[in-house]
Amino acid sequence: MTSKAENQARFGVPQNSMVFARGVRKSFGAVEVLKGIDLNVPTGSVACVIGPSGSGKSTFLRCINHLEEVSGGVLLVDGEFVGYDLRHGKLHEVNNKLLCQRRADIGMVFQSFNLFSHMTALENLIEAPIMVKGMSKAEAKDKAYALLERVGLSAKADSYPRQLSGGQQQRVAIARALAMNPKVLLFDEPTSALDPELVGEVLVVMRDLAESGMTMVVVTHEIGFAREVGDQLIFMDRGVVEERGEPREMIANPQSPRTREFLSHVL
Amino acid sequence: MNRAETQTPPPEALTVVPLRHYGLWVGTVITLVILGLVLKALATNPAFDWPTVGKYLFHPSIMRGLGQTLLLTVTIMVLAIIIGTIVAIMRLSPSRILNAFASAYIWFFRGAPALIQLIFWFNLSLIVREFSLTLPFVGTLFTVKTNDFMTPFVAAVIALSLHEAGYMAEIVRAGINSVASGQTEAAGSLGMNHRLILRRITLPQAMRFIVPPTGNETINLLKTTSLVTIIAVNDLLYAAQSIYARTFETIPLLIVVAFWYLFVVTILSICQHYIEQYYGKSDQQQGVSMGGMLKRAFRFGRVAQPA
Repeated sequence: MTSKAENQARFGVPQNSMVFARGVRKSFGAVEVLKGIDLNVPTGSVACVIGPSGSGKSTFLRCINHLEEVSGGVLLVDGEFVGYDLRHGKLHEVNNKLLCQRRADIGMVFQSFNLFSHMTALENLIEAPIMVKGMSKAEAKDKAYALLERVGLSAKADSYPRQLSGGQQQRVAIARALAMNPKVLLFDEPTSALDPELVGEVLVVMRDLAESGMTMVVVTHEIGFAREVGDQLIFMDRGVVEERGEPREMIANPQSPRTREFLSHVL
Repeated sequence: MNRAETQTPPPEALTVVPLRHYGLWVGTVITLVILGLVLKALATNPAFDWPTVGKYLFHPSIMRGLGQTLLLTVTIMVLAIIIGTIVAIMRLSPSRILNAFASAYIWFFRGAPALIQLIFWFNLSLIVREFSLTLPFVGTLFTVKTNDFMTPFVAAVIALSLHEAGYMAEIVRAGINSVASGQTEAAGSLGMNHRLILRRITLPQAMRFIVPPTGNETINLLKTTSLVTIIAVNDLLYAAQSIYARTFETIPLLIVVAFWYLFVVTILSICQHYIEQYYGKSDQQQGVSMGGMLKRAFRFGRVAQPA
């Protein structure tokens, strides 16, 4: 098994990198969805990914926690391949146990919330800490109540997902991801399925998270959020990174004509 | 603009003449006449012999038969659910071999008539005379004659649970498929492994889709167990048959048997209703605990909670 340091030296990963991608490719059959993506997300920073639908941004995000297998390139989280170990120059698929351990460190928030519908908000939060991390029930509950308070939903601990609004469900989903103490949080269009007046409450929670130093990769259509919270902005189009830069600068003064056109539609 | 125009006119008291449903009336009358004739026949035809029905309703050998029928139903259903779940998981597995095996299982055991499977297992000794466990270097550990352990009851349990498992496998598979794929992905992203996801996330949610048809299957099975009379298992129908073979009180004893089957089916239907309510609790506005559910189960007809 290669060490983190070896990987970092071999692939030229910058110090302090949480998510590192070099030439990441992904094909579904004959269709190449990602055509060589490069990205470095330093620990504690927020990377926002924007782009038209079908540009591959969600696929890229799903590759980071190995929900999709990459077809080529290097993709490291905290210096490790998520689904593989590099031995003698070959990537060996890791066993299920190790994959689950690594995934537990990568939180993910989905567009459609995906709360466990047969469990209350509290049960959603304590499930994985107890079953995966072996935390005691009392400890998991204490932590869950604290997290629900953090997302402003202490009163909804015993509600089932169906009894919650979309915005409340997404806040519970964020708290559920946080309950595993992840090193990095991935957001897959977290506000796209919400009514416009509910978007704000979710963005407030995400902003609070960013300010607390959480490393985040956010696929979003909320340009305002990207401008104010993002440390870097990536514009993806047709499977490639068309433009990247400091969010304010890039939104104010996009260089590529494709970026300019896209921003003119969403701003 | 004068006052008359701004005020809405008072609603006029117009009489509504309902549509005459002549067909409905004719149908109702015919139904009532038929019902009357049936009741008259039941009450007056001496062949029904109600006193004899009363005499045998709680007869010890009928009670023993009922017990045997219930024992068969429960044993077979439990085994069928276990085997069916395993076959369903194999059917959903990425391995082609497991998948093909499961498909073949369902095709065969669901396809072949229950009665034929029953007779087949009862006559297993015609194919296999004895079972023995022989280990290399150790020798034969034990040997049993097929006829010694393949009693009518064992044959009935094996035959009907394998048959029923074919149906259960399809029910469980449909239930698992009904759970949205996002649930599995979310659980996976939290670091849960396949087995944990199946046990904690997928199966509990699939239960809502599995329970109603399983209830139907149980009710069906209860009645299907009457087939075992053919291999002389002493079930409810067999008990009645052995009495009327002696006394020729055929019709009253068939009424007794029908009464008990209907009685158990009614109980099972009520249980099914409450189990469905339990598994649907995440759909309701207020959560229902298992305890609350049981309390409500014994308060028939007053399901609505006071405000």
